[in-house]
Amino acid sequence: MNTAPPAAPAPPAGTAAPTVDRILAQTRFETGTLLRNGEQLLVALILPAMALVGLAMSQSPSLGPGRRIDLAVPGVLALAVISTAFTGQAISTGFDRRYGVLRLLGVSPLGRRGLLIAKALAVLTIELLQGVVIGGLGLALGWHPQWMGLFAGVVLALVGTWAFVALALLLAGTLRAEGVLALANLIWILLLGLGGVIVPRTEMPPGLSHVAALLPSGALGDGLREAFIHGHLAGVPLLVLVVWGTVATVLASRTFRWSD
Amino acid sequence: MTEAVTVRELTKRFGATTALQGMTWTAHHGQVTAVLGPNGAGKTTTIECAEGLQRPDSGEVRVLGVDPWRAGADHRACVGVMLQDGGLPNATKPVRLLRHLAAFHQSPADVDSLVDRLGIGAFSGTTVRRLSGGQKQRVALAAALVGSPEVAFLDEPTAGLDPHARLEVWDLVRETRDAGCAVIVTTHSFEEAQRLADQIVIVNRGRVVGQGSLAELTGERSLEDVYFSLTRESA
Repeated sequence: MNTAPPAAPAPPAGTAAPTVDRILAQTRFETGTLLRNGEQLLVALILPAMALVGLAMSQSPSLGPGRRIDLAVPGVLALAVISTAFTGQAISTGFDRRYGVLRLLGVSPLGRRGLLIAKALAVLTIELLQGVVIGGLGLALGWHPQWMGLFAGVVLALVGTWAFVALALLLAGTLRAEGVLALANLIWILLLGLGGVIVPRTEMPPGLSHVAALLPSGALGDGLREAFIHGHLAGVPLLVLVVWGTVATVLASRTFRWSD
Repeated sequence: MTEAVTVRELTKRFGATTALQGMTWTAHHGQVTAVLGPNGAGKTTTIECAEGLQRPDSGEVRVLGVDPWRAGADHRACVGVMLQDGGLPNATKPVRLLRHLAAFHQSPADVDSLVDRLGIGAFSGTTVRRLSGGQKQRVALAAALVGSPEVAFLDEPTAGLDPHARLEVWDLVRETRDAGCAVIVTTHSFEEAQRLADQIVIVNRGRVVGQGSLAELTGERSLEDVYFSLTRESA
């Protein structure tokens, strides 16, 4: 008897695509949206690249003892992480919340957890792109990193990303979108100027220097400089970032409101 | 006729405000159910409980036999949602968004045909931020239907639409119903309820004050008359 091979049954209507596919689709969507946004691109890539070129070409501000470019690149990488994980994420999540996007995606097959994972993956994707561009530009400008420190640098960048995304969600989940916009930008400027990101805190007045050591920005800057200049994983900055990440995660998960 | 949505004795308070006090109604597959009522009557709160966005203080919600609160992805894939405030990401263009939402489903509706039916092609090059209210409404409706849902919750789907667009939306809602979907529409429009609904639920102050087909509900009177007599006495 000759029978045709059974056709694969079509999935019934109303079946969700597999979890991984949904999360990757949202990751691509979020990444694409960020990369299409001129302002975001400016903050994520162009401003850090300009800062790096500016630091490499000038003698001030002082970055401390050592080769100037070797001190500058880790600081600019820290700035890039803060821009994407904190400022960019706070603003985009704040407005998504305001416009009901979080609610709509929460009831779609993607769901709330899928949305959070996709946002984190999108942040990491952008950061990878930033790392390649800024690192490449640094190498072209004469950066000599301790390659042994690459692993430590990646660990710090990941923990720093966690801490800053959690802080971003703490803002975005509680304040009005305009408030998030203003505050996220203000904090970015303050951290850039006084937070020990690009200008190492050793070059700042003693009082400020001690404060900056306990800020996530100073910890990330210190940790990345330690990794790429000396090649090891610095314990105190890592600990500072873990504490900020833990506190911000606990607070954000208790206070985050999905609707405006 | 199976029950697609069951709402039984729901209560919900927000601080000192009582939004729902014993809300009870059902909606069926292959029918359009219009939920009609004044502002603050509890329409949106009830719908949000059925979508899994709110958790009632007491009472029971079942959508396709499932408690929607924290229901899984396959349940959410069967339920289409059009929110009152749209819920559309601002920085994206309509067709990119609809294709993206379709990717959450294994067998989504045909995006091109939805785009075509709702006239979205005419503004497909514009970001959501720059769309007019009526254009956003049409994209939000397409977003609710893109997964070929078995139950669709449409919160004021034709508010702010011009008459042509409204007819097109009504046709699409009827087709969706004829495909077996249970369509739940909240509205302030008597005309919409009259022309579209197989069943009308009139709510006031957090509970149902009238329910049935148009004929059952109105008899010899007009829907408007019945509505005002049912919603005014207790106001």
